Amino acid sequence: MSFKATSREIRGVVVVDVSGRITLGEGSAMLREMVRDMTSKGQLKIVLNLGDVTYIDSSGIGELVSGFTTVKNSGGELKLLNLTKKVHDLLQITKLYTVFDVHNDEASALGSFRN
Amino acid sequence: MTSQTKRMEVTLESIIDSVDLAEDITLRIAEAAGFDDEDRHRIGMSVREGVINAVTYGNHQNREKKVFLTLELDPGRLVIRILDQGEGFVLSDVPDPLAEENLLKSSGRGILLMKAFMDEFGVVRGRTGGAELTLVKKLPAAT
Repeated sequence: MSFKATSREIRGVVVVDVSGRITLGEGSAMLREMVRDMTSKGQLKIVLNLGDVTYIDSSGIGELVSGFTTVKNSGGELKLLNLTKKVHDLLQITKLYTVFDVHNDEASALGSFRN
Repeated sequence: MTSQTKRMEVTLESIIDSVDLAEDITLRIAEAAGFDDEDRHRIGMSVREGVINAVTYGNHQNREKKVFLTLELDPGRLVIRILDQGEGFVLSDVPDPLAEENLLKSSGRGILLMKAFMDEFGVVRGRTGGAELTLVKKLPAAT
Protein backbone atom coordinates (compact mmCIF):
# COMPACT_ATOMS: atom_id res chain seq x y z
CA MET A 1 0.00 0.00 0.00
CA SER A 2 1.62 3.24 -1.12
CA PHE A 3 1.90 6.44 0.86
CA LYS A 4 -1.15 8.68 1.06
CA ALA A 5 -1.84 11.73 3.18
CA THR A 6 -4.92 13.91 3.43
CA SER A 7 -5.34 16.85 5.76
CA ARG A 8 -8.31 18.40 7.50
CA GLU A 9 -8.50 21.36 9.85
CA ILE A 10 -10.27 21.24 13.20
CA ARG A 11 -10.35 24.34 15.42
CA GLY A 12 -7.06 25.67 14.06
CA VAL A 13 -5.28 22.29 14.20
CA VAL A 14 -4.32 20.49 10.99
CA VAL A 15 -4.85 16.75 11.27
CA VAL A 16 -2.99 14.79 8.61
CA ASP A 17 -4.33 11.27 8.05
CA VAL A 18 -1.39 9.27 6.80
CA SER A 19 -1.68 5.78 5.33
CA GLY A 20 0.58 3.26 3.62
CA ARG A 21 4.36 3.15 3.75
CA ILE A 22 6.69 5.89 4.95
CA THR A 23 9.99 4.71 3.54
CA LEU A 24 13.01 5.90 1.62
CA GLY A 25 12.00 6.70 -1.93
CA GLU A 26 8.31 6.40 -1.20
CA GLY A 27 6.50 8.31 1.50
CA SER A 28 9.29 10.02 3.39
CA ALA A 29 9.99 12.76 0.82
CA MET A 30 6.27 13.46 0.41
CA LEU A 31 5.78 13.71 4.16
CA ARG A 32 8.73 16.12 4.39
CA GLU A 33 7.30 18.37 1.67
CA MET A 34 3.87 18.31 3.23
CA VAL A 35 5.12 19.40 6.67
CA ARG A 36 7.37 22.10 5.18
CA ASP A 37 4.49 23.39 3.08
CA MET A 38 2.16 23.59 6.09
CA THR A 39 4.82 25.31 8.20
CA SER A 40 5.54 27.88 5.49
CA LYS A 41 1.81 28.69 5.37
CA GLY A 42 1.81 29.34 9.11
CA GLN A 43 0.00 26.13 10.03
CA LEU A 44 1.94 25.36 13.18
CA LYS A 45 -0.43 23.05 15.06
CA ILE A 46 -0.14 19.69 13.37
CA VAL A 47 -1.31 16.19 14.28
CA LEU A 48 -0.01 13.27 12.25
CA ASN A 49 -2.54 10.46 12.43
CA LEU A 50 -0.45 7.34 11.76
CA GLY A 51 -3.20 4.80 12.44
CA ASP A 52 -3.17 3.45 8.87
CA VAL A 53 0.59 3.48 8.38
CA THR A 54 1.49 -0.07 7.44
CA TYR A 55 5.27 0.26 7.41
CA ILE A 56 7.93 2.76 8.37
CA ASP A 57 11.71 2.44 8.07
CA SER A 58 14.58 4.53 9.48
CA SER A 59 14.12 7.10 6.71
CA GLY A 60 10.48 7.46 7.68
CA ILE A 61 11.43 7.79 11.35
CA GLY A 62 13.96 10.43 10.27
CA GLU A 63 11.20 12.36 8.50
CA LEU A 64 9.02 12.29 11.60
CA VAL A 65 11.93 13.75 13.57
CA SER A 66 12.67 16.28 10.84
CA GLY A 67 9.02 17.35 10.75
CA PHE A 68 8.96 17.64 14.53
CA THR A 69 12.02 19.92 14.60
CA THR A 70 10.88 21.97 11.58
CA VAL A 71 7.56 22.77 13.24
CA LYS A 72 9.12 23.30 16.67
CA ASN A 73 11.75 25.68 15.29
CA SER A 74 8.94 27.72 13.75
CA GLY A 75 7.26 28.03 17.13
CA GLY A 76 4.68 25.32 16.59
CA GLU A 77 3.94 21.78 17.73
CA LEU A 78 3.71 18.48 15.86
CA LYS A 79 2.04 15.57 17.61
CA LEU A 80 1.51 11.93 16.77
CA LEU A 81 -1.80 10.09 16.91
CA ASN A 82 -2.79 6.39 16.76
CA LEU A 83 0.56 4.61 16.53
CA THR A 84 0.44 1.03 15.29
CA LYS A 85 2.38 -1.52 17.31
CA LYS A 86 5.18 -1.56 14.74
CA VAL A 87 5.59 2.22 14.77
CA HIS A 88 5.30 2.28 18.56
CA ASP A 89 8.06 -0.35 18.86
CA LEU A 90 10.34 1.60 16.49
CA LEU A 91 9.89 4.78 18.52
CA GLN A 92 10.70 2.83 21.69
CA ILE A 93 13.87 1.30 20.20
CA THR A 94 15.06 4.69 18.92
CA LYS A 95 14.16 6.41 22.23
CA LEU A 96 11.92 8.83 20.35
CA TYR A 97 8.75 7.81 22.15
CA THR A 98 9.51 10.29 24.91
CA VAL A 99 10.48 13.02 22.43
CA PHE A 100 7.14 13.03 20.60
CA ASP A 101 3.84 13.91 22.20
CA VAL A 102 1.88 10.76 21.39
CA HIS A 103 -1.91 10.40 21.69
CA ASN A 104 -4.28 7.49 21.32
CA ASP A 105 -7.40 9.49 20.51
CA GLU A 106 -8.01 12.53 18.40
CA ALA A 107 -9.84 14.57 21.03
CA SER A 108 -6.90 14.21 23.38
CA ALA A 109 -4.46 15.25 20.63
CA LEU A 110 -6.55 18.29 19.68
CA GLY A 111 -6.94 19.35 23.30
CA SER A 112 -3.23 19.14 24.02
CA PHE A 113 -2.19 22.20 22.02
CA ARG A 114 -1.31 25.41 23.79
CA ASN A 115 -3.45 28.39 22.82
CA MET B 1 14.76 -29.17 8.06
CA THR B 2 17.56 -30.77 6.09
CA SER B 3 21.19 -30.35 7.06
CA GLN B 4 21.98 -28.93 3.62
CA THR B 5 22.90 -25.26 3.37
CA LYS B 6 20.90 -23.32 0.79
CA ARG B 7 22.48 -20.20 -0.62
CA MET B 8 21.31 -17.41 -2.90
CA GLU B 9 23.39 -14.55 -4.27
CA VAL B 10 21.92 -11.42 -5.82
CA THR B 11 23.82 -8.52 -7.39
CA LEU B 12 21.99 -5.23 -6.98
CA GLU B 13 22.33 -1.89 -8.72
CA SER B 14 23.23 1.09 -6.52
CA ILE B 15 19.80 2.62 -6.83
CA ILE B 16 17.01 3.18 -4.32
CA ASP B 17 14.77 0.64 -6.10
CA SER B 18 17.25 -2.06 -5.03
CA VAL B 19 16.15 -1.54 -1.44
CA ASP B 20 12.60 -2.78 -2.14
CA LEU B 21 13.91 -5.60 -4.32
CA ALA B 22 16.29 -6.83 -1.61
CA GLU B 23 13.52 -6.67 0.97
CA ASP B 24 11.09 -8.60 -1.27
CA ILE B 25 13.61 -11.37 -1.96
CA THR B 26 14.47 -11.64 1.72
CA LEU B 27 10.83 -11.80 2.78
CA ARG B 28 10.20 -14.69 0.39
CA ILE B 29 13.19 -16.61 1.77
CA ALA B 30 12.17 -15.84 5.35
CA GLU B 31 8.63 -17.05 4.72
CA ALA B 32 9.87 -20.27 3.15
CA ALA B 33 12.16 -20.76 6.16
CA GLY B 34 9.14 -20.62 8.48
CA PHE B 35 9.62 -17.26 10.20
CA ASP B 36 6.42 -15.73 11.57
CA ASP B 37 5.02 -12.34 10.56
CA GLU B 38 6.80 -10.45 13.33
CA ASP B 39 10.21 -11.97 12.53
CA ARG B 40 9.70 -11.50 8.78
CA HIS B 41 9.05 -7.83 9.39
CA ARG B 42 12.21 -7.54 11.48
CA ILE B 43 14.38 -9.45 9.00
CA GLY B 44 12.95 -7.54 6.02
CA MET B 45 13.51 -4.19 7.65
CA SER B 46 17.06 -5.13 8.65
CA VAL B 47 17.91 -6.01 5.05
CA ARG B 48 16.23 -2.82 3.93
CA GLU B 49 18.38 -0.78 6.29
CA GLY B 50 21.54 -2.65 5.30
CA VAL B 51 20.96 -2.11 1.60
CA ILE B 52 20.10 1.58 2.17
CA ASN B 53 23.49 1.91 3.88
CA ALA B 54 25.26 0.09 1.06
CA VAL B 55 23.57 2.02 -1.76
CA THR B 56 23.70 5.50 -0.20
CA TYR B 57 26.66 5.63 2.21
CA GLY B 58 28.82 2.84 0.76
CA ASN B 59 28.41 3.22 -2.99
CA HIS B 60 27.02 6.80 -2.95
CA GLN B 61 24.47 5.67 -5.59
CA ASN B 62 27.29 5.30 -8.11
CA ARG B 63 25.75 3.23 -10.94
CA GLU B 64 29.11 1.61 -11.67
CA LYS B 65 29.22 0.08 -8.20
CA LYS B 66 27.18 -2.92 -7.07
CA VAL B 67 25.74 -4.29 -3.87
CA PHE B 68 26.11 -8.02 -3.30
CA LEU B 69 23.36 -9.63 -1.24
CA THR B 70 23.85 -13.20 -0.05
CA LEU B 71 21.21 -15.21 1.79
CA GLU B 72 22.22 -18.50 3.34
CA LEU B 73 19.94 -20.95 5.07
CA ASP B 74 21.94 -23.10 7.46
CA PRO B 75 20.25 -25.89 9.39
CA GLY B 76 19.67 -23.56 12.31
CA ARG B 77 19.83 -20.00 11.03
CA LEU B 78 19.41 -17.50 8.24
CA VAL B 79 22.66 -15.68 7.48
CA ILE B 80 22.48 -12.56 5.33
CA ARG B 81 25.48 -10.69 3.97
CA ILE B 82 25.36 -7.27 2.34
CA LEU B 83 28.57 -6.16 0.66
CA ASP B 84 29.19 -2.82 -1.05
CA GLN B 85 32.06 -1.38 -3.08
CA GLY B 86 32.67 1.67 -0.95
CA GLU B 87 35.44 2.51 1.50
CA GLY B 88 34.12 0.46 4.41
CA PHE B 89 33.61 1.73 7.93
CA VAL B 90 34.42 0.87 11.52
CA LEU B 91 31.39 0.19 13.68
CA SER B 92 32.80 2.02 16.69
CA ASP B 93 33.14 5.20 14.58
CA VAL B 94 29.40 5.34 13.92
CA PRO B 95 27.69 7.95 16.13
CA ASP B 96 25.30 6.54 18.73
CA PRO B 97 21.77 7.57 17.63
CA LEU B 98 20.57 7.17 21.22
CA ALA B 99 22.99 9.80 22.55
CA GLU B 100 21.23 12.98 23.66
CA GLU B 101 23.00 15.09 21.03
CA ASN B 102 21.97 12.72 18.20
CA LEU B 103 18.41 11.98 19.22
CA LEU B 104 16.87 14.60 16.92
CA LYS B 105 19.04 13.89 13.91
CA SER B 106 17.11 12.86 10.82
CA SER B 107 19.37 9.89 9.97
CA GLY B 108 21.77 7.37 11.51
CA ARG B 109 19.34 4.81 12.99
CA GLY B 110 19.77 1.95 10.50
CA ILE B 111 22.48 0.08 12.39
CA LEU B 112 20.57 0.46 15.65
CA LEU B 113 17.52 -1.19 14.06
CA MET B 114 19.55 -4.02 12.52
CA LYS B 115 21.14 -4.74 15.90
CA ALA B 116 17.75 -4.65 17.62
CA PHE B 117 15.99 -6.89 15.10
CA MET B 118 18.59 -9.56 14.37
CA ASP B 119 20.22 -12.13 16.68
CA GLU B 120 23.70 -11.23 15.46
CA PHE B 121 25.07 -8.23 13.61
CA GLY B 122 28.61 -7.53 12.45
CA VAL B 123 30.63 -5.39 10.03
CA VAL B 124 33.94 -6.29 8.41
CA ARG B 125 35.89 -5.03 5.40
CA GLY B 126 34.79 -7.34 2.58
CA ARG B 127 36.62 -8.70 -0.47
CA THR B 128 35.72 -5.55 -2.43
CA GLY B 129 37.28 -3.30 0.20
CA GLY B 130 33.82 -2.07 1.08
CA ALA B 131 31.72 -2.79 4.15
CA GLU B 132 30.27 -6.27 4.54
CA LEU B 133 27.38 -6.49 6.96
CA THR B 134 26.46 -9.88 8.41
CA LEU B 135 22.96 -10.32 9.78
CA VAL B 136 21.96 -13.56 11.49
CA LYS B 137 18.54 -14.75 12.64
CA LYS B 138 18.00 -18.13 14.27
CA LEU B 139 15.38 -20.24 12.54
CA PRO B 140 12.12 -20.66 14.49
CA ALA B 141 12.75 -24.33 15.26
CA ALA B 142 16.22 -23.49 16.53
CA THR B 143 15.14 -20.80 19.04
